Amino acid sequence: MKIIILGAGQVGSSVAANLCSEANDITVVDQSATHLQQLQDRLDLRTVLGHASHPEVLARAGAKDADMILAVTNSDETNMIACQVAFTMFRTPTKIARIRQNQYQVHPELFSPDALPVDVLISPEQEVTDYTKRLIEFPGALQVLDFAGGKVQLVAARAFYGGPLVGHRLRELPQQLPGIDTRVTAIFRRHEVILPSGDTVIEAGDDVLFIAAPKHIRAVMSEFRKLDGPNRKVIIAGGGNIGKRLAMALENTCHIKIIENNETRARAVAEDLQHAYVLLGDAADEDLLREENIEGTDVFCALTNADEANIISSMLAKRLGAKTVMALINRAAYVDLVQRDIIDIAISPQQATIGSLLAHIRRGDVVKVHSLRRGAAEAIEAIAHGDRNSSQVVGRTIDDIPLPPGTTIGAVVRGKDVIVAHHDTVIEPEDHVILVVTNKKHVNEVERLFQVNVTFI
Amino acid sequence: MRFRVIQKILGLLLAIFSLTLLPPLVIAVLSGDGTAGAFCFAIAVILSSGLSLWLPVRKSAGELKLRDGFLVVVLFWLVLGIFGAMPFLLADNPHMKLADAVFESISGLTTTGATVIVGIDALPRSILFYRQLLQWLGGMGIIVLAVAVLPMLGVGGMQLYRAETPGPMKDSKLTPRITETAKMLWYIYVSLTGLCALSYYAAGMSLFDAVGHSFSTVAIGGFSTHDASIGYFDSVSVEIVAVIFMFLSGVNFSLHFLAWRHRTFMPYRDDAEFRTYAALLGGVFLVCALGLAVSRSSVALPEALRMSLFHTISIGTTTGFSTGDFQSWPLFLPLLLLFLSFVGGCAGSTGGGMKVVRFLLLYRQGMREIKRLIHPNAIISIRVGGRAVADRVVEAVWGFFATYVAVFVVLLLGLIATGLDQVSAFSAVAACLNNLGPGLGAVSYHYGDISDGAKYLLCLAMLLGRLEIFTLLVLLTPSFWRS
Repeated sequence: MKIIILGAGQVGSSVAANLCSEANDITVVDQSATHLQQLQDRLDLRTVLGHASHPEVLARAGAKDADMILAVTNSDETNMIACQVAFTMFRTPTKIARIRQNQYQVHPELFSPDALPVDVLISPEQEVTDYTKRLIEFPGALQVLDFAGGKVQLVAARAFYGGPLVGHRLRELPQQLPGIDTRVTAIFRRHEVILPSGDTVIEAGDDVLFIAAPKHIRAVMSEFRKLDGPNRKVIIAGGGNIGKRLAMALENTCHIKIIENNETRARAVAEDLQHAYVLLGDAADEDLLREENIEGTDVFCALTNADEANIISSMLAKRLGAKTVMALINRAAYVDLVQRDIIDIAISPQQATIGSLLAHIRRGDVVKVHSLRRGAAEAIEAIAHGDRNSSQVVGRTIDDIPLPPGTTIGAVVRGKDVIVAHHDTVIEPEDHVILVVTNKKHVNEVERLFQVNVTFI
Repeated sequence: MRFRVIQKILGLLLAIFSLTLLPPLVIAVLSGDGTAGAFCFAIAVILSSGLSLWLPVRKSAGELKLRDGFLVVVLFWLVLGIFGAMPFLLADNPHMKLADAVFESISGLTTTGATVIVGIDALPRSILFYRQLLQWLGGMGIIVLAVAVLPMLGVGGMQLYRAETPGPMKDSKLTPRITETAKMLWYIYVSLTGLCALSYYAAGMSLFDAVGHSFSTVAIGGFSTHDASIGYFDSVSVEIVAVIFMFLSGVNFSLHFLAWRHRTFMPYRDDAEFRTYAALLGGVFLVCALGLAVSRSSVALPEALRMSLFHTISIGTTTGFSTGDFQSWPLFLPLLLLFLSFVGGCAGSTGGGMKVVRFLLLYRQGMREIKRLIHPNAIISIRVGGRAVADRVVEAVWGFFATYVAVFVVLLLGLIATGLDQVSAFSAVAACLNNLGPGLGAVSYHYGDISDGAKYLLCLAMLLGRLEIFTLLVLLTPSFWRS
């Protein structure tokens, strides 16, 4: 695919890195020669220096025969105009724009071919907020991913001593949980991936990836670990876009405190929130945290835009007794440093955002892609089309589908029903199939599996 | 430094290079000229040394870093220059000693076109073809070829490409992916060569000569299958074909690419470097024609035009073909042509020299200083083709120019120290550093009579010229090796 990425910021460059490895032709446009040079040194792509929405710059970037344009500069307006220019002058088929301002997002009628021709809006802040919100709603989960509009969720959780199933075979799971349908799709044990069978024994320290309907998640999780009570007391460090959105989303169910060190910003946030407290101060101030009862806090969530500040304040909060600490970390190298030992959950904005983009890049009818393990694995929701003759999937039991190595089918969504996959489940046309691909290099094969064979139509 | 990965790539490249000896081997067998054994042996040695480098480390993975790229490219050109000399060493005719064989091989690969062989017409056909083939492989760059055909190089391919490609803006790519870019370059290169061979054939050359000369024309090399070079054919149509294709090959290949993709000549018209290139060659051609016509009353005007056109293009693009002895032209003309070769071809072409765009930038920089004297407070940016050029690039061009001159002086002194006279030494260094070929004085026709030491020095000059100096010099700095 020929893709033009406008903006070489955090989102732009991490998307570029992700897509480059998949044999896409990437061109990145930015106004900063330094940013472009860094990308050029690291990745096999082309760069164009210039203003992202100028027709001449887009033409130089090859908009004429581009399949997709991805506008992720830090200005909403530039992104929108770039999509308009691409539509009017170059007829680019797919136009994706990052729109941060809620003011624009709440008027979907703005984004239509006869107004602003943007096909897909993405809002990394919103994605990260939703992602963090789900993590807070499911205590103990490392990652919670929605499929089929939230009908089914894929959850990663760590197994601990004390969980009834730890040390036992997976075969015993149905007996322990009668009436609850779930499937363990992959187990990450240290650095290796285990594709589970009935005989697989769960060990303490494993990261277990399972799929279930949202109402069953807590019950399934209780098999792997002693269950924590629901998260009630939350401290958010940083009253930026994400912090404020998260507070608004949670303030009716939890006790929220936001720590913000900029007085003007703190005032603005306080005016928008009904129940939450806004505290003016430094999130890494020990006295402030103590005063605000950090030891009784369920979740401490550091969401400022500085990785280092997030890491330090989370470490401090953990030391002072917060039960769970989460930190927003942009740099992949930092995530490796602190996750597991120092910080409970590192939230990577790229990982939360890239999924919604990947769904548009995958061939076949792919509705949703979530990136797992920082891009090394993927969870995919794809629609099966055709019939037994034209498709390699439809009309077959899960055992009969020629899945590439390291791939499992977790669940099938048929209309309103969620069917957790068993080896004898038969796929019907228009089913949404949810797969976990533990090695990204097989993603291509999965895509091909879901493409309808044209010669048979 | 990732020596295992470097070793792996080097081994692989060598093994692939051994395959390029197959066509001359086929010719040797078909014509039965007695060199088949030499080629067989050379293939065996090169292939086995390539494999013995590659096999022990074939599993080692890892990306090439920027530094590794320099090392791979320089090592590869060095090793190839030496291994490429094997057929010359092994064949009975020509019977060459080591210094001569290495000189010939490096001169071929770097598209210099300087030869040590006297009596080229008497060489076996396989050796003749091999010399032309060396030039052709070196023209677009054998590394670029490797990047096109070896998908495993990935980003590492970019590091290699950058170290080998000529011109001041090394990051410009035709297409987003480096393998695609390299493939496009080779498509253009092969098509130009094919067209050139057909045109030569139509102009009356034999098939063998047409193919052979198309190789050295499009590569801006200058090797010929005859002692008298293009002059052997004494045909206006052959000279016109040569002039057209030398001129085209000296143009930035990305312009050919754009013109071909959009089916329009606009890219040429809009490119400042191309316009300068054409104007410069045109201007020097007129000066030469005028100089010849005025100073030599025995030469008729059409003859003067013909001779000056051919030699201006041949020397100006750094090809080095000849139809007669331009060295004995009157006045300043031979020296003018030699200086023209310093400018050379455009960036991203197969031509040598310092590249037109660098001179354009230097000129604009000079003009800026003059303007600044008049308007001390003005902020003046340097523009090429209406677009401002980053100061970083201009600085790099100055650095390049200074180093080029310094290297030139050092090599010149070295050559004089080997006993060469001043004119010969000056022209020899210029001809080799610019990848031109023929010089003046003692090296007007061939380099056979100079000492071995001088030959090795000139080999260094040719490599420095082809790899644009910095790629090679960077290896000589201690900080390069410090990890």
